[in-house]
Amino acid sequence: MENFRPVFLESDRCNGCVNCMKRCPTEAIRVRGGKAEIMYERCIGCGECVKVCPTRAKREYYDKIEEIKRFKYTVAVPSPSVYGQFKHQFTDTNLILNGIKRLGFDDVMEAAEGAEYVSAATVELLKKQTERKLVISSACPAVVNLILMRYEHLADYLSPVQQPEEVAANLARAKAEMETDYKGEEIGVFVITQCAANVMQLKESPDARIDGVLSVKELYFQLLHEINELTASEDTLIQLATATRLGVSWGSTTGEAMGLKTDNFLAADGIENVIRVLEDVEHDKLKSLDFIELYACTQGCVGGSMNVESPFLARTRLRRLRNKLPLAQVSVKDFGPYTRKNEYRPNNVFKFSDDRATAMKMTLEAKDLYARLPGINCGSCGAPSCMAFAEDKVKGRLKGAVCKYIGKP
Amino acid sequence: MIHLRYEVDGSDFVSCGKASEDVKRTLKNIGIPSEIIRKIAIAMYEGEVNMVIHANGGLAEVEILPDRITIVLTDTGKGIPDIPKAMEEGFSTATEAIRELGFGAGMGLPNMKNYSDDLKVESRVGEGTKVTMSFIL
Repeated sequence: MENFRPVFLESDRCNGCVNCMKRCPTEAIRVRGGKAEIMYERCIGCGECVKVCPTRAKREYYDKIEEIKRFKYTVAVPSPSVYGQFKHQFTDTNLILNGIKRLGFDDVMEAAEGAEYVSAATVELLKKQTERKLVISSACPAVVNLILMRYEHLADYLSPVQQPEEVAANLARAKAEMETDYKGEEIGVFVITQCAANVMQLKESPDARIDGVLSVKELYFQLLHEINELTASEDTLIQLATATRLGVSWGSTTGEAMGLKTDNFLAADGIENVIRVLEDVEHDKLKSLDFIELYACTQGCVGGSMNVESPFLARTRLRRLRNKLPLAQVSVKDFGPYTRKNEYRPNNVFKFSDDRATAMKMTLEAKDLYARLPGINCGSCGAPSCMAFAEDKVKGRLKGAVCKYIGKP
Repeated sequence: MIHLRYEVDGSDFVSCGKASEDVKRTLKNIGIPSEIIRKIAIAMYEGEVNMVIHANGGLAEVEILPDRITIVLTDTGKGIPDIPKAMEEGFSTATEAIRELGFGAGMGLPNMKNYSDDLKVESRVGEGTKVTMSFIL
């Protein structure tokens, strides 16, 4: 299967520095011929390379808003972190949602609404955990991908519950079909999101029909304009906001766990902290917990690379806004209907060969080469570490790269 | 056969686990099933922590054969006077300070036994300890 490409390189802008390569948590980047190359089979869509790139050469893939013209009736599904992107006067979800509608949509369904169902389903899931209780959140698709690639044996801990955007998209479509005469193909559901991982996950979702995934940053100035217009006009707002405090809280870290009726949870954000926690899970040190919430981005989804505001300020705003909302909680009888269709499929991209004897032979070669390398992970060969250089050699991926200390390997 | 050798630094147990991390990557390269990698990672990590807490570090050696992985942990620490007692879950001689940090819960050797297919502990008081763990592939 062709790998989805959540980020891409604008080659002209790339100056061949090694920042993205050193930052990538799955060692998916090499610098060859002075340009960063992405090994897409390893890309988890975390957006770290986008955030760290000093020349803005790394870009996220997302759909354009013009796509909505293909449909007769359109619904926007904004992710909860969107609410944290506006100044204090605008900390009102309904105002922001009315602004989003004015971008050209016929209706808006908050992903936060979907999040409330995800929370309710997760509460039921936690009740049913008897043998081994720990559940790891599957809300951050970058974390899910990281686990499937680097911590495959922790895949069993991942929550099988769908993404808030998927649940919301299904609610949106059902509502549109019930309230209008439009059917199936005529209705376009568009998520507005903060991150490349979400685009990657939702574009290929088997659990919801999502017709496009748009980026917050591309819509931001138009949206700000619409909100300003709304504030200045005498028009009354349509009641579009339905989500309560618990759903909106999902925009930043601990938001999800707040809705789970347990305080025996751990929450961490930032990809290196996520890795630390996963190492602890792997070493069996966290099995007494009920739930672990992990986000690849600092402060959670507010830290997504397609948001515009500082994650810290956005989190403050989200908190102030959410505290104005009622505290109500939906409940579901069973988490079954909210379960993902596809099982998690671990993906060991580090394996040298399917044949063990061959793989062992290649491992020996890599270890021999590694022993001759300086071990300082300088990156000047175009690989993120000396070990990655040795692995590339035996995999035939060097493409002429040399070590500045030992020369041609 | 692949032979890996690591000096386990006894001075810093908070950052210990470096050897098991490298072993994990190597096993992934070879394509060892993930559930076996996890057993090895836990057992080896516990072994590393033990050597750091009780013996000021030591030597970790890993031998990978097509059908079996053997890990030998050798230290020159104070030794274990009563091995059956040390194998009991919850029995620990770690200091209060170490327990405060979440280590020394008395699960080290029991976990190493649970997660390995065979565990052998040899020890002489005042001379050191040798722990041999085997995993069948």
